[in-house]
Amino acid sequence: MKLLGSGIFKGMAVTLENFVRSYFDRDRKHHLFTKEYAWKSDAPADQLPARADTTVTTRSRNFPMLLHDGKGSEDPMASIRCVACQICERECPPQCIFIEKEYDANGKFVKRPVIFDIDISVCMSCQICVEVCPFDAIVMNSEFELSNNDRFNGLLVRRDALLKSNDYYHRIHPEEAQERDDRMAREKAEKEAKQAAADAAKKKAAELAAEKAAELAAAKPKVDPAAPTATPQ
Amino acid sequence: MIDTLIHILALTAPVAMIFASLFAFTTWLERKILARIQNRIGPNYINIPFTKFRKTFGLLQPAADGFKMLVKEDIVPHGADRFLHLLAPILALVPAMMVLCLLPFDLPFANESMKRIHAAALDNAVLLFFGITSINTLAVFMAGWASRNKYSLLGGMRAVAQMVSYEIPLVLSAAVVIMAVGSLSAQKIVAAQSTHWFIFTPWGLAAFFIFFIASLAETNRSPFDLPEAESEIIAGYFTEYSGFKFALFFLGEYLSIFAINGLAVTLFFGGGNGPWVQAHPWLSCVWFLAKIFGLIFIIIWLRGTVPRLRVDQLMAFAWKFLMPLSILNLFVAAVALKVQQPWLTWPLCALVLYAAAHGLSRLQQKNVGPRTYQYAE
Repeated sequence: MKLLGSGIFKGMAVTLENFVRSYFDRDRKHHLFTKEYAWKSDAPADQLPARADTTVTTRSRNFPMLLHDGKGSEDPMASIRCVACQICERECPPQCIFIEKEYDANGKFVKRPVIFDIDISVCMSCQICVEVCPFDAIVMNSEFELSNNDRFNGLLVRRDALLKSNDYYHRIHPEEAQERDDRMAREKAEKEAKQAAADAAKKKAAELAAEKAAELAAAKPKVDPAAPTATPQ
Repeated sequence: MIDTLIHILALTAPVAMIFASLFAFTTWLERKILARIQNRIGPNYINIPFTKFRKTFGLLQPAADGFKMLVKEDIVPHGADRFLHLLAPILALVPAMMVLCLLPFDLPFANESMKRIHAAALDNAVLLFFGITSINTLAVFMAGWASRNKYSLLGGMRAVAQMVSYEIPLVLSAAVVIMAVGSLSAQKIVAAQSTHWFIFTPWGLAAFFIFFIASLAETNRSPFDLPEAESEIIAGYFTEYSGFKFALFFLGEYLSIFAINGLAVTLFFGGGNGPWVQAHPWLSCVWFLAKIFGLIFIIIWLRGTVPRLRVDQLMAFAWKFLMPLSILNLFVAAVALKVQQPWLTWPLCALVLYAAAHGLSRLQQKNVGPRTYQYAE
C-alpha cells in the first residue's frame, strides 16, 4: 500500500535535490548547462564574430554565409566558391536570397555573383541552401549578435559581409568543416582519377588509332608503293 | 474626520506599497528558483542604466520587465467590449489590495492609538476576506468574456468553474480555525495562537493541507493553472491583454498569492508570532513576511515539480476529495476540541483523517486502469 501523495513528495524531493545541488555541487559542469555570455564591453564591432567562437557551441547555426578560400588579407572575391548558379535562390523556401550574375566587359558570364543578398529578417535558418549547393559555397554561420537599429538595410546582409574565409568556418564548426573539406578533397581526387582514366583511355584510343594508321601506312606501300597520286587531297 | 482618514491612509498605503514591491522581488525569486530546479542559472545580470555595472544577480530584472510593460502598446481587440476589457484588470487588482489590509500585519511604526483605529482590524475580517476574494472570479471571467477571443473565453470559463469549486474546501478548512477560536477577527485568531500554532494540531494540519491546495487553485497557480494553461489555450483570459493592463493582472495575481498565504499564516502559523517577538514587537511583521515567503517557496517548488491537471481531474479533486475531507475535518476538530487530550486526539484524528483520505482517493481511482488507445499504438 503506497502512502497517499507519496508520488508528489518523491517528485518534490527530486526537484529539491536539483535546486540544492545547482548551488553546492563542486563539479558544476554536470549540473548547470548554461554557458554564460562572454562579455567584452569595449570590443570593437569588427571583433564580434570572435565572441561567437567562445560563447557558442560548434553545433549552433543561425544564418548562412558565403565561403572563400583566401588567406589573410587576400581579396576574398578572388577565391569565392560561389559561381552564381542561383540554385539556392530558387530552392530557398522563404525566398530570402537575391543573386545577380557578374559579366565582364564583353558580356561574358564570369561565374561570380555581383550581388548576393540575404535578408535575415526573412531567413528561417532551414539550411536548405547549404544542402543544395553543389559547390560547398554557402554554409551556416553561428554569429548571433545581429540586433540592429535599421530594420531594413541593417538586416539585409550584402555579399561582402556574407563572405567568410574557410579558416573562419573551421574555427566555428571544426568537425563539420573538416568533414566538408575531406569530402571535397575526396570528390576532387575521384574527379581527377576519372579524368586521368579518361585521359588514359583517350591516349590509348589515340595510340590504337595511330597504330592502326601505322599498320595501314605499313600495308599501303605493299599494295601500291609507287603511287603518290592516290593520297587523298 | 480628516485625522481618521490620514490614519487610515498611513496604515493601508504602506501595506499596499510593501506588498507591491515584494511582488517584484517574488517574480525574480520565482524565476531564479525555477531556473535552479531545471539546472539553469536564471536572470543573473542586468545592466544598471548608464553604467557598465551589470553583476546585479538579475535583481533589476523586475524593473526592466515593468518598464517594458509600461511602454508597450495597449491593444484592445476589434469587437471587444472596451469598457469591460479595461475594468477586468482593475477588478482583479483592487480586491487583492483590499484583502491585504485585512491581514494582521502590524507595521513597526504603528503606535497604540493608530492600532485602535486600524483601518481593517475588523471583527469579521476572515469572512470579509473570503467575500472580497470571490470578486476575483468575476474579474477573470470578465476578462475572458470582454476579449472576444475563444481562448480567453475558454480560460475564463475554466477559471469560474475552478474558483467556485475550490472556494468551498477553502472556506470549510478555514472554518475549523474559526470554530476553535470562536472569532472571525484576524487579531484574535493570532492572539489565540500565541503559544500553540494551529498547524501543530491534527485537525489544523489537515485543514492546512486542504487550505493550501485550495489556495493554489484559487490563485490559479500550477498545478491548477488551467485557466491560463499556455500549452492548451495560449494564455487563457490573459491572451488579449498587453502592456499595462497585463501588468495589472500580473500584479493582482501575485498580490492575491500574498493575501491568501497571509491568511494561511494567520490561520495556521500564528501570524506574526515567533521567537523574540515579546521583547521586540517590530519583529512581528518580519516573522509574518518570512512565513509568507516560506509558503511562496513551496508554491514555486510545486510549480517546478508537478504537471498540470486535466479539467475533469481538477473538478473531481475538489468535489470528491477535498470537500468531503474538509467536512469530515470539521467533525474531527469538534471532537478533538472537546476531548483536549493530545495523546489521544493525535493518533485518533490522524487515523480517521488518513483513512478517509485514503478511501476517497481509492474511490476516485476505481475506474482508473491502464490506458487503452484506440488509434495510436
